[in-house]
Amino acid sequence: MDLPDKDVLLALYRQMLMLRRFEEAVARVYREGKIPGFVHLYIGEEAVATGVCAHLEKTDYVTSTHRGHGHALAKGVPARQVMAELWGRSTGCSGGRGGSMHLYAPEYGLLGTNGIVGPSIINGAGAAFSAKYRGTSQVTVAFFGDGANNTGSFHEGLNLASIWKLPVVFVCENNLYATEMSFLKATAGQSVAARAAAYAMPGVAVDGQDVLAVYQAAGEAIARARAGEGPTLIECRTYRFVGHHEGDPGTGYRTQEEVEEWRKRDPIPLFRDRLLTDKVVTQDELAQIGDDVEAHVQDAIDFSAQSAWPSPQEAATKVFASPL
Amino acid sequence: MREIRYIDAIREAQAEEMRRDKTVFIFGEGIGPRGGAFTQTQGMWDEFGEKRLIDTPISELGFTGVAVGAAMTGLRPIVDIMFWDFAFEALGQIVNQAARIHYMSNGQIKVPLVVRGVIGAGQSAGGHHSNSPYPLYTQMPGLKIVIPATPYDVKGLLKTAIRDDDPVMVFEHKGLYNTKGPVPEEEYTIPFGQAIVRREGSDVTLVATSRMVLLALEAAETLADEGISAEVVDPRTLVPLDKKTILASIRKTNRVVVVDEAFSPCGVGGEIAALAADEAFYHLDAPIKRIHSLSVPTPSSPPLEKAVVPSLEQIVTTVREVMNQ
Ligand SMILES: Cc1ncc(C[n+]2csc(CCOP(=O)(O)OP(=O)(O)O)c2C)c(N)n1
Ligand SMILES: [Mg+2]
Repeated sequence: MDLPDKDVLLALYRQMLMLRRFEEAVARVYREGKIPGFVHLYIGEEAVATGVCAHLEKTDYVTSTHRGHGHALAKGVPARQVMAELWGRSTGCSGGRGGSMHLYAPEYGLLGTNGIVGPSIINGAGAAFSAKYRGTSQVTVAFFGDGANNTGSFHEGLNLASIWKLPVVFVCENNLYATEMSFLKATAGQSVAARAAAYAMPGVAVDGQDVLAVYQAAGEAIARARAGEGPTLIECRTYRFVGHHEGDPGTGYRTQEEVEEWRKRDPIPLFRDRLLTDKVVTQDELAQIGDDVEAHVQDAIDFSAQSAWPSPQEAATKVFASPL
Repeated sequence: MREIRYIDAIREAQAEEMRRDKTVFIFGEGIGPRGGAFTQTQGMWDEFGEKRLIDTPISELGFTGVAVGAAMTGLRPIVDIMFWDFAFEALGQIVNQAARIHYMSNGQIKVPLVVRGVIGAGQSAGGHHSNSPYPLYTQMPGLKIVIPATPYDVKGLLKTAIRDDDPVMVFEHKGLYNTKGPVPEEEYTIPFGQAIVRREGSDVTLVATSRMVLLALEAAETLADEGISAEVVDPRTLVPLDKKTILASIRKTNRVVVVDEAFSPCGVGGEIAALAADEAFYHLDAPIKRIHSLSVPTPSSPPLEKAVVPSLEQIVTTVREVMNQ
């Protein structure tokens, strides 16, 4: 594969680093008690959201999962709005009503992270149906985990998307576990990509730690969808370096050796080394990006800390668009 | 005024709204050239075609989920779920997604979705085709619940449902589909949250829903011969609920009997009884009575089915009871 242009490469690097630093900051302030509820971190999987969303326009749609901070950021939702939502503040992208698993930012095409495993697949197909019905060129990417690939939503969603030729790309983040349940134990056939054949669409398995591999596969699938040629299923083999949610040690169901092996394939150093070896960038340029990202994340934290709580008087408003 | 059947009114409402608004379309099994299992889309194919009358595979979770995603992004889908019993296969999409998205998104995303289908016992259809599960949906904030009893109401309320910006669940009793009633040719809609007094009376209020409205009216006729004047109030929508009209009737008659085909626990009767106790307690001259189906899966055999659904006799007897107190 030819390397993309330097500005694309730098954007990919910056985005992955942003997702990583953001989540590290979330883990830190979570331990300080600043964030209520549950958070599921994206650490280790950054190449997936980054490589996929790099191809999306602002008007394209993304549907996401419980592990969705990375999808929101990569789709362009400002870090301040994502962070403030995790803090339960009125300035969050869902006004504090959603929290980590209910980030909504339609202005940026984010149709929601989700507290339920599976719906991102069919609701994503629905957004794609809508784009096709309305005659726009919008594409939808539906992210989901390996845990979702055994739900009815997966099978019904892929079937409908295929028979109706919807402009949607299904991106499975196969991090080999659904909480503690091993993908290999849970999945007949032990392959997500192979299931695409049953639904008469291309099924692609890619190395989810290699941002360029993801970028390439997603680029082809998104172009296909935009050209009206129908859906694609992409399985990204990846790994979460942390527990299922903050507070879960992430051990007991996977060995220390396995975690260590995968950590050697951290998508960020892998990509950085490649950029340096190929002499695409200098150490200084990378250091500059690192500083920018740190500042950006710190700004999101400061913004959240200074933001007001939502008013309790509003707790019962907005249940309906046209109130009773 | 011309008289048409309930099912014809449904068809007219859908066709008129699809003509009016190109973002309205229907998902359902057999609603294309076949015209629907109940003729609810008969004759519409030539005008609307496959783009807007979308015959789906048997995939309730799938097409309801696609409808929710479409509703989130500018369309107005009607999900024709056929029998409401089938919606249980899609319940997560209705309750966890459609109902909650407007609130959870801080009002950024609307979900103008209509789910409509049949309810009700009476045709030996058995335990998977006879249920009346609307009380369950009234417990889910974010859903509007419509339960029309007449051709006039189903047309006007369905049109309002299609234009509404929230998810609306429309429950149509299959025992009403062939009933006829006056429906004007001219355009009209019926606002949600307006109960209707179907028959005026002074001794007792019968709050009745859906097909039970017809039974309550019959009972009122029988009771009139005995000198008992029953008022029949039909809420028409359960969310929003027109408490004012119901309370005004109870304060006038001082007695209330609820007649509703769904099950009793945490149901419509309980809600009306609580309303009466909360806000009309000192007007009551007799205990509040609730008549519901027995809490069993609807049996198929006619004598069994008859035994579980509220009957005319049961209504009459119950009213006599409260009149003697
Ligand atoms: C329908 C449903 N069942 C169970 C859960 C609880 N749950 C939340 S995340 C999760 C694991 C999901 O695994 P996967 O889809 O592989 O995503 P990952 O956490 O690995 O990113 C489970 C079981 C849920 N949220 N929804
Ligand atoms: Mg997983």
